[in-house]
Amino acid sequence: MRTLRFLLQKEFKQILRSKSIIFSIVIGPIIQLILMPLAANYEVKNIYVAFVDHDHSSYSQKLIQKVYSSIYFKASPYAASYADATKLIEQNKADIIVEIPHGFEDDLVREGKDKLYLAVNAINGTKAGVGSGYLGAIIADFNQDIRLQWAQPGRFSEAATIDLVTNNWYNPFLNYFLFMVPGLMVSLLTGIGAFSASLNIVKEKEIGTIEQINVTPIRKVHFILGKLIPYWFLGMVVFTIGMLVSRLIYGIIPLGSIPMLYAFLAVYLITLLGAGLLISTYSDTQQQAVSVAFFFVLIFNFISGIFTPIDSMPEWAKWLAFLSPISHFAQVMRMVVIKGSGFQDIMPHLIAVAALGVVLNTWAVINYRKTT
Amino acid sequence: MKQLLAFVQKEFYHVFRDRKTLLMLFGVPIAQIVLFGFTLTNEIKNANIVVSDYAHDNVSEEIIRKIEASRYFHVVHSNMSHNQIEAAFRTGNIKMAVIFPANFTSDLSHLNKAQIQVIADASDPNTATTLTTYLKSIISDYQVQMAQLNNTPYQINSEVRMLYNPELLGAPNFVPGVMALVLMLICAMMTSISIVKEKELGTMEILLVSPIKPFLLIVAKVIPYLIVSIINLITILLLSVFLLHLEIKGSLILLFAESILFIISSLALGLLISVRAQSQMAAMMTSQMSLMLPTMLLTGFMFPIENMPWPMQALSNIIPSRYYYTIVKAVMLEGLGITAIWKETLILAFITFVLVVINLRSFKTRLA
Repeated sequence: MRTLRFLLQKEFKQILRSKSIIFSIVIGPIIQLILMPLAANYEVKNIYVAFVDHDHSSYSQKLIQKVYSSIYFKASPYAASYADATKLIEQNKADIIVEIPHGFEDDLVREGKDKLYLAVNAINGTKAGVGSGYLGAIIADFNQDIRLQWAQPGRFSEAATIDLVTNNWYNPFLNYFLFMVPGLMVSLLTGIGAFSASLNIVKEKEIGTIEQINVTPIRKVHFILGKLIPYWFLGMVVFTIGMLVSRLIYGIIPLGSIPMLYAFLAVYLITLLGAGLLISTYSDTQQQAVSVAFFFVLIFNFISGIFTPIDSMPEWAKWLAFLSPISHFAQVMRMVVIKGSGFQDIMPHLIAVAALGVVLNTWAVINYRKTT
Repeated sequence: MKQLLAFVQKEFYHVFRDRKTLLMLFGVPIAQIVLFGFTLTNEIKNANIVVSDYAHDNVSEEIIRKIEASRYFHVVHSNMSHNQIEAAFRTGNIKMAVIFPANFTSDLSHLNKAQIQVIADASDPNTATTLTTYLKSIISDYQVQMAQLNNTPYQINSEVRMLYNPELLGAPNFVPGVMALVLMLICAMMTSISIVKEKELGTMEILLVSPIKPFLLIVAKVIPYLIVSIINLITILLLSVFLLHLEIKGSLILLFAESILFIISSLALGLLISVRAQSQMAAMMTSQMSLMLPTMLLTGFMFPIENMPWPMQALSNIIPSRYYYTIVKAVMLEGLGITAIWKETLILAFITFVLVVINLRSFKTRLA
């Protein structure tokens, strides 16, 4: 016990002395947490629409006005022909082309139907899908206006309509920060945790100071605990800073229980540090440790569901996500913070993370050798 | 020249002896392409939704069949109460509930108006709005169909064509982004770490007193990573052609030339970091904070730049990868030539030039 206390004293001194570590652990996350949510907004808006109006009628003008008055759409520069409009797409000045055929209004009034031609730049698939969806809704709305204007005011001539009444629970204003900030906190914490702990041990190896520790009566367990406990505390501190930032800057107050979040975090950090430790036992240089940690953090980060929904992934990726502690913690954070989920709801995730923690830590301890 | 070759050889030994670092150098691009190609899409597929059909009539059932047929939804049938829906939302298994009220069809045929209630779990606003949009288009398709059957007057039908990427895959958007990210990472991060490592271990002193010119020393450091980057570029292109079936529409030579320009700018960034950083950890943290993050955020491949607040939009103008991303998209996916991207190329070249000049300057001071 006494040995451990001295080791802890040494580690804390080393960490607190190093300005670059303090900077990257305290200031770094704050900056990232302030900047990233501002950028990480998938909401599809600012869709540039170019109209190629061959009709120049009052209807085509009305349609154009209706589209541009929506918050989602913005006007592209004028295009006289379809070829012009295609150029606009190539220059990234338009996302959607709407071609209004010659005689649009006349055909609509006389023959009762006409067509609009839409061409969408689909390189960004989501933007294309959602954008053309919005546009379709506006056109349908416009169509309904015209129908009401012309149709006889009788009940049966009117087309039957089905209305969708939408309720957005938990986040009625569709505030994107509420969703992204808890997820990003997990991502940041993971990056710091996995890297700093593994780098720390490997640094001793690389510089050679680990030899000195190896010849002392310090036991394997003490050494490992001495390395992990400080970073466990640092993880707690970083998380607390994150909670404060999200409270003060984004006004996010967790709906669920905060002590429960900390309890989950405590388990999560043990798992995460176990992974860092495991990496360090397999690496001899810091460059190696960084490379390996980077490789896994990158994969697990992207697959964690923080940035893109897990539901859309293929089966193998879902399994990988299930094996990744990051995705469990990200889900728990979002569930507890946004929806106020209770212990019952997060139980499966807690078990999964704890099990992973046991596996990783056992593996790391077995693999750690005092001799080289 | 002979000296330079000897030093390049030394650096190659360093790089290729270290198997685990090679995993990073060559594994990351492959993993990223596979990940981005197959798993990462903002499109929402197979979302679990609950359909509560209190109407049980032919119209509601037909609409439900249409919802089931869509690849976006995975439908669970059950007549849930609001409390049950809330409980299901809290476990995170259900994204949306669609409720058909009793006498749905009779409302529709008698009042000419009927309602479907949709409750979305908006804790993920993106999923919520996207799913609602999908549902809306299914319903409006159904209505258009009905209207055609009933010969409703004044119909506007839209014919939609998706250009460049008709299946709306995620890969075309991500591949150029991954190229930028990987090249940036390998060039900048690994170069800076490998130089700082010599500083940290003290071997830099030995190198500096050797007869080779300091400038050549740096060139020797950089060459292996330049070559590794080019190999990676080829790997990424091969993978995207053969694995993701993305066609390279434009000129390959132009693509390579632009890539090398970008690689040089990244290498220069890496050198710049290595001049400042004193420890490998610091070098790594700096590359992560000042390179990785901006590349991921401000390049435009993950998040649309036009949604960001103006200071970040302004900042994105000095990020080299942003221009590279635009260039790759234009050349590779849209098949455009240099005439369409000369502006981006010039800016990228200018940034590279500035970076190299800064490097040469700060390098001299370090030797003094």
